[in-house]
Amino acid sequence: MIKAILIFNNHGKPRLIRFYEYFAEDVQQQIIRETFHLVSKRDDNVCNFLEGGSLIGGSDYKLIYRHYATLYFVFCVDSSESELGILDLIQVFVETLDKCFENVCELDLIFHMDKVHFILQEVVMGGMVLETNMNEIVGQVELQNRMEKSEGGFSAAPARAVSAVKNINLPEMPRNINIGDINIKVPSLSPF
Amino acid sequence: MALKIVKGSIDRMFDKNLQDLVRGIRNHKEDEAKYISTCIDEIKQELKQDNIAVKSNAVCKLTYLQMLGYDVSWAAFNIVEVMSSSKFTYKRIGYLAASQCFHESTDVIMLTTNQIRKDLSSPNQYDTGVALTGLSCFVTPDLARDLANDIMTLMSHTKPYIRKKAVLIMYKVFLKYPESLRPAFPRMKEKLEDPDPGVQSAAVNVICELARRNPKNYLSLAPLFFKLMTSSTNNWVLIKIIKLFGALTPLEPRLGKKLIEPLTNLIHSTSAMSLLYECVNTVIAVLISLSSGMPNHSASIQLCVQKLRILIEDSDQNLKYLGLLAMSKILKTHPKSVQSHKDLILQCLDDKDESIRLRALDLLYGMVSKKNLMEIVKKLMLHVDKAEGTTYRDELLTKIIDICSQSNYQYITNFEWYISILVELTRLEGTRHGHLIASQMLDVAIRVKAIRAFAVAQMATLLDNAHLLTGNTQHSGICEVLYAAAWICGEFSEHLEDPMATLEAMLRPKVATLPGHIQAVYVQNAAKLFSTVLCGQEGAPADSKVAQETSQLLIDRLPVFVQSDNLEVQERASCILQLVKYIQKLQQKDVEVAEEVTALFAGELNPVAPKAQKKVPVPEGLDLDAWINEPPSGSESEDEGRKTKGKAVFAREESRHTKPRYTEVDEKELAMRREVRKAEQANNPFYIKASPSSQKVYQEAVGVEHIPVVQIDLSVPLKVPDQYVKLEEERREKNKADRKKKDKKKRREKGRQRRGDSGPESEEDITPAHMVDIVTEEMPENALPSDDDDKDPNDPHKALNIDLDKPLADSEKKLPVRTHRPDEVLKSPIEDAEGLEVTSEPKKKSGKEKDKERKKGKEKKKKKHKQEEGEDLMEAGSEEPVQSKVTNDVAAQPPASTPEASDLDFWLSNAPVPSDPQEAAAVTDAPPASTPDAASGVAAVVPDSEPEETKSSKHKKKKQKKEKDKKKKHHHHHHSDGAREESVQNGTVEDEEPLPPMSNYAMLAENSYIKMVCDIQGNLHDGSQVVVSVIFENKCDSFIKSMEFNVMDSLNSKLQRPEGAGPHDSLTVPFHLPPGISSEARFIFSVQSIVMPQKLKGTLTFIVKTEDSSTHEKLDFKLHFTCTSYLITTPCYSDAYAKLLESGDLKGSSLKLEGINQPFHHLLARICFHHHFSVVERIDSCASMYSRSIQGHHVCLLVKTADQTVSIDAKCDEPGLLRNVLDEIKLTFSQC
Repeated sequence: MIKAILIFNNHGKPRLIRFYEYFAEDVQQQIIRETFHLVSKRDDNVCNFLEGGSLIGGSDYKLIYRHYATLYFVFCVDSSESELGILDLIQVFVETLDKCFENVCELDLIFHMDKVHFILQEVVMGGMVLETNMNEIVGQVELQNRMEKSEGGFSAAPARAVSAVKNINLPEMPRNINIGDINIKVPSLSPF
Repeated sequence: MALKIVKGSIDRMFDKNLQDLVRGIRNHKEDEAKYISTCIDEIKQELKQDNIAVKSNAVCKLTYLQMLGYDVSWAAFNIVEVMSSSKFTYKRIGYLAASQCFHESTDVIMLTTNQIRKDLSSPNQYDTGVALTGLSCFVTPDLARDLANDIMTLMSHTKPYIRKKAVLIMYKVFLKYPESLRPAFPRMKEKLEDPDPGVQSAAVNVICELARRNPKNYLSLAPLFFKLMTSSTNNWVLIKIIKLFGALTPLEPRLGKKLIEPLTNLIHSTSAMSLLYECVNTVIAVLISLSSGMPNHSASIQLCVQKLRILIEDSDQNLKYLGLLAMSKILKTHPKSVQSHKDLILQCLDDKDESIRLRALDLLYGMVSKKNLMEIVKKLMLHVDKAEGTTYRDELLTKIIDICSQSNYQYITNFEWYISILVELTRLEGTRHGHLIASQMLDVAIRVKAIRAFAVAQMATLLDNAHLLTGNTQHSGICEVLYAAAWICGEFSEHLEDPMATLEAMLRPKVATLPGHIQAVYVQNAAKLFSTVLCGQEGAPADSKVAQETSQLLIDRLPVFVQSDNLEVQERASCILQLVKYIQKLQQKDVEVAEEVTALFAGELNPVAPKAQKKVPVPEGLDLDAWINEPPSGSESEDEGRKTKGKAVFAREESRHTKPRYTEVDEKELAMRREVRKAEQANNPFYIKASPSSQKVYQEAVGVEHIPVVQIDLSVPLKVPDQYVKLEEERREKNKADRKKKDKKKRREKGRQRRGDSGPESEEDITPAHMVDIVTEEMPENALPSDDDDKDPNDPHKALNIDLDKPLADSEKKLPVRTHRPDEVLKSPIEDAEGLEVTSEPKKKSGKEKDKERKKGKEKKKKKHKQEEGEDLMEAGSEEPVQSKVTNDVAAQPPASTPEASDLDFWLSNAPVPSDPQEAAAVTDAPPASTPDAASGVAAVVPDSEPEETKSSKHKKKKQKKEKDKKKKHHHHHHSDGAREESVQNGTVEDEEPLPPMSNYAMLAENSYIKMVCDIQGNLHDGSQVVVSVIFENKCDSFIKSMEFNVMDSLNSKLQRPEGAGPHDSLTVPFHLPPGISSEARFIFSVQSIVMPQKLKGTLTFIVKTEDSSTHEKLDFKLHFTCTSYLITTPCYSDAYAKLLESGDLKGSSLKLEGINQPFHHLLARICFHHHFSVVERIDSCASMYSRSIQGHHVCLLVKTADQTVSIDAKCDEPGLLRNVLDEIKLTFSQC
C-alpha cells in the first residue's frame, strides 16, 4: 500500500499532497516539512530509499523518492510494495505528466494542481497501484478532458478566453465593465 | 432565462479562478496569510451563490488551500453540493476536494450515500470512475456497508476501466466492512483470471494485500497463483505474486519446494532488476522456511548470495541498498553464507549514503561472534566518533548495544570491556538513548554478579564527573545514565572503595537540577550509602566522628531535596531526613545503629522479566471484572469526579481507593490506569525492572561458585576500551597456549557442540573472562507460556481473518444491506453494448427479507425465459437449467471446505497429475517418471511425503477431487449466485463418478537423450499470439546443454525471435539439463489466420556432455497447431449466451459421436479440458458450452447424450474454424 504521495520543490513548498490515510491539516504540513528535511539533505547520487520519518510510517514504511530538476516526488509505501517497482511508477507518473502537459515543468504543477491530481487518480487509487501502462493512463486522462471540454460548451468560452488573457500577464481588467446590456447572440445554450 | 445564464457566466469570468489564486499568493509573498484570508472570505461569498460553476470554482480553490495547510472542513457541505452536480467537470472537482479533506468523522459523509450510489450506476463510465476514486479515499464503515453490493456489481462491469477500479476499492470495503469479504470473495477470485490485464493485476493486488495480513486463509489459492506466476508476463503482477508467495511459504514448506525451481529459472532469465530482486527475496523466504532439515539447498543459497553480492557491488546505490536489505534476511538462517562477505559489508559502513550505512549496520548484528565482537564494536566506535548527524549516531549507539546484548550477552566474553564501552558511550552529546545505556548498565550490573565491583567503581567515577554529562545540555537524555549510576552505587555499595566520597558526590547542590525521577534515586541511594558508611565506620569505634560527620552531611544537604517540586523526591527526602536526624540523636548517645540501618536495605533485588507481571495467571475463581461493591448511583460518582479533580495531585491515590465506586470502569479506563501505574513504576526506583516489591525474592547466601574465576586487578583505571581489547587478546593467547597442552580429544568433543564458528579459532577456545552467571529474569510461578502479547488489537486486518474456504451459507450469499436492489444483472464480455442499459433499470424495493427477494428474482428470470420459449433448440439448452436451479439449490451445497484443503495438499505433494500445463513445469524436482504422459500410471515419489503405496487409494481419491477442482477453476462462473450453482454447472455433482486424470501435454518428439512434450495455448492478451510451452526432459545420464530450438516459419505462423535475430536463427533454451531433470521453456508464435490447423517442422539441437566427451545431437519434431489451441476458456453467462445465439450471426454445424460410454460429466470435462470450453449450463444429459478464439470468434456447443450417442450441435461465426474444432473433438473421443 502507498500511504502518501508528496510532491514539493527544492524549497519544501508543497505542489501536490495526497494522503491515503487521514491526517489533520497541521500534521500533514508537519509531515511535509519532516519529509523535506530528510530528503533535501541527501545528495543526488545516493540511493532513493529512506527509512520512514517519525511522523509517517513506522518500521514497515519507507520513503521512496525521485528528484527531478526542481521537484521531489516522494512516495511513502509499506513493505508490500516493491521498492524498484515504485521507482518505476514514479517515472511512469512523471512521464505521463510530461505527455499531458507537454514538457512539464514546476509551473504546470503550480497552476494546475487539480489536473495533476486527476492524472494521479488514474495511476494510484486509494493507495493501491491502479495502472502502470502510460498509454492507458494518458488515454483515459484525455478522454476525460475531452468530456470536460464538451460539457463546457459555449457558456464556458468567455471564462476560458478571459483566463487565457490573464495568463499572458496583462494587467488585470477593471471589474465593473457593464456588459449586461450587450446583445450577444447565443446559438445554443447548454442547459444547467 | 437564457440571458441570465449568459450574464452569470460572464460575471463569473471575473471571479478568481485557481490560477488567479495561485498567482495572487505568489505576488503577496510578504503578507501571504492576510491575502489568503481575504481569498477565503471571497470563497465564502462564492459558495453562497446558486451557480454551481461558481461553487465548484470556489471548491477547487479550497482544495489548493487545503494543500497549503488550511482547514477547509467548514466547506464540507458545499463540497457535497458540487459532488452532486450533474456535470462531470464539477463532479470531478467535488470528489477531488472530498477525497482530500473528508475522513471518517466528517459528518456530511452520510449525506453522500445516495449520490455516490447514483454515480456508481451512472451510464457514463467516468462518473462511475470518479465516484470510485473518491470513495476509495473516504469510505467509512457505513458507506462500505451500504454500497458494498453496488460495488460488487461493478466488479463485473463491461468496461475494464470500471472493473479494475471496483476490484481495487473492494479492499477498502473489506477493511471497513469485514462481513463483505466472504460473499465477495468468489468474485474476487474470478477476477484473477479476468481477460483484461489491468483488472487481473488489480485483483492480484487486492488479494496480495489481504493475504499479507492473514496468509493462512489464502493458502488454498496457492495453485491458482502458481499458475498465474508461470503464465503472466506482466512484471507488476509477477512481483506481487512472488511477494505473496514469500508470505505464504513460512506456513507451508512444501509450497516452497515447489517454488524454488521456477523462481530460480526466473532469476536466471529475467532482465528486470525489480523482478529479479523480488525473486531472490522469495527464494530466501523459501529457504528460511525449509532451513530445518533441508541441507541440500546450498546451491540456491549460494545463488542468492552471489546475486546479492553483485547487487551490493553495483554502482547503483539503489541496488546496493536492496542487496543489503535482502542479505539481512539470509543472515537470520544462514549466517555462514553471509559472514564470508564481511569485507563487503564493513566497506558499506563507510558509504556516504546513510541509508546504506544503516542497512550495513543491520547486517553486522548477525555477523558477530565471540571472536570478532570486540573488533567490530571497535570499528563502530570509530564511526560513532566520526558520525555527524545525531540520527545516525543514535542508530549506531543502539546497534552497538543490540549487537552486544543479543541473545543474552552470548558473544560477550569480557564484561569489563562492555561496561567501559557503555561508559564511553555516555560521552556522546545529545543522544536520545541515555535511557537505553542506563538500562544496559543496570541489567549487566544486576545480572552479572562478577562484574559488580568493577561496575560500581566505574559508576562512582561517573557520578563524580556528573557535571560533564549534564554540563551544557540540560534536557539531553544522557543524564539518564546517572539514574543507573546512582542506583548501582547505592545497591552494591559494599564494593565501593570510598563510599564517603561517592555520597558526597551524590549530594552536591547541582543534583537538584536533574530530572525528578533521577533525584529520587539519588536521595534513596544516598540513604543506602549512608548505611554502608555507618557500617564501615562503626567497626572502628574511634572513628565514630566520621559517622557523625556523615549524618551531618546528610542533614545539611537533604533540605534542598525536601523543597523539591517533585513529589517523589520531596517525600523520600523528608523521610530520610527525619530518619537521619533520629540516627544522629542516637549517635550522639553513642548507640550502635549501623546494624539496624543496614537492615533497612537488606536483601537483594532480583531482575524480573519485563513480561512477568502480565504473565501472572489469574487465580481460579477470581473474576477481575466483577464488582467488589455494588456501584453507587450516578450522582455520587459525579461528586467523586469533582472531588478528584479538585485535588488533582492526589488523583492517583484517590482513584485507587474509590475504584469500586465508579459506575463505569470500562476497559479503556482500566488501560489508562494501567498506563498511569506503569509510568509511576518507571519513575520509582523501587520498581526497577518492573519488579513489584511483593515479588522481591531474597536470595540466600550467594554461593562461592558465583565469585569471579579470573580476578582482574581493579586498581588499574581502565578508561580506554582499547586496553581491554589488548588485555583480552593477551588473555586469549595465554588461554590458547594453555589449551594446546591439554587433551585434544576433549576439545573436539566440545567443538561438536558449538553452534557455529567462523574461523580457524573456534569459539569454544575463547573462554569468557568471567564465569558469567547471567541471572535469568524471574517469572511468576505458573506463568502462562503463550506469547500472545505482541499483536496490535487495533489492527483493522484482524477483522479480516476470515476463513474463505468454507462454502458460503445461503444467508451469506447476499450482503446484508438496508436498501435492496434488483438481483444483480448478469454480464459477460459479449454483452458489451447492452450491459449498461440493463444495469440502469432501477427497481426500488423496500422488503427486508432476502429470501423473498431471491425468490422473486428467480421467478422473474423464469418469466423472462418463458417469453423466449419456442425458439430454436439452442435456446432450450440455456433455459432449462434455470428452472432446475431451484430444485438443485439445496442438493448442490458442495462440502467444499474439505476438498479444498486436500486439494491443496495434493497440489503441494508434487504428485504427477499435471492436468495443468504450468503445474507440470513445477514437477521438475520429482523424478522423470512424473512427466505428464507417464503420469496417470506412476505414483509420485516425493522426497518428504509418506510411503505412497499404503495410501494409494486415498491418493487416488485426492487426485480425482483435485481434478474436479481444477475444472472449477477452468470455468468461470459469473452468475450472481455463482457459488451456489457452481457444482451443477461443472458437471461434477458430488455423487457422480470421479474423473480420470487428464493431461494437455502432447508428445512432441523423443530420442534416447531427450524427450519433449508440449502444450499450445492462445495468448489471452494478444489475438495473434500462441504460446507453446515445451517440457524438456533429460533421459540420459549425461549433462545436456546448449539446447537450441528452431522452427521453420510458415507464411501464417512465425516463431517470435528477439529483435535483431534473423528469420532462421534458432532460440537458445535458457537452461541446462542435468541428468533426470526436466524443465519447461516457452516459445511465442505469431499467427495470422486461425481458421485452419497447421503443422510446423522444427529441430532441437543440443550438446550431450559426458565426463570425457561431448557430442552434438539433434532431434526433429513437428509442432501441431490445432484449432483448439486458438481457443481460450472464456466464461459466459446464460442470458448473454442466449442473446448471442439470438443474434443470428452464427453459422451452425453438428456432429454425432457413437459408442461413447463414459459418464456425461467426464465427457464435458474432456471437452472443457482438451478444447478449452466452459460449461454455460447443464441439465441432466444436456449441456451448453462456450469458448472464444484468440481473435474473438464465439464458439457455442450444445451437447446432448442418449444411449451412448452424443450429439453436438455447434454454432460459430467462422464456419471453417468450427468445422476444424468439431473434427478435433471427434478425434479426442475416438482416441479414448
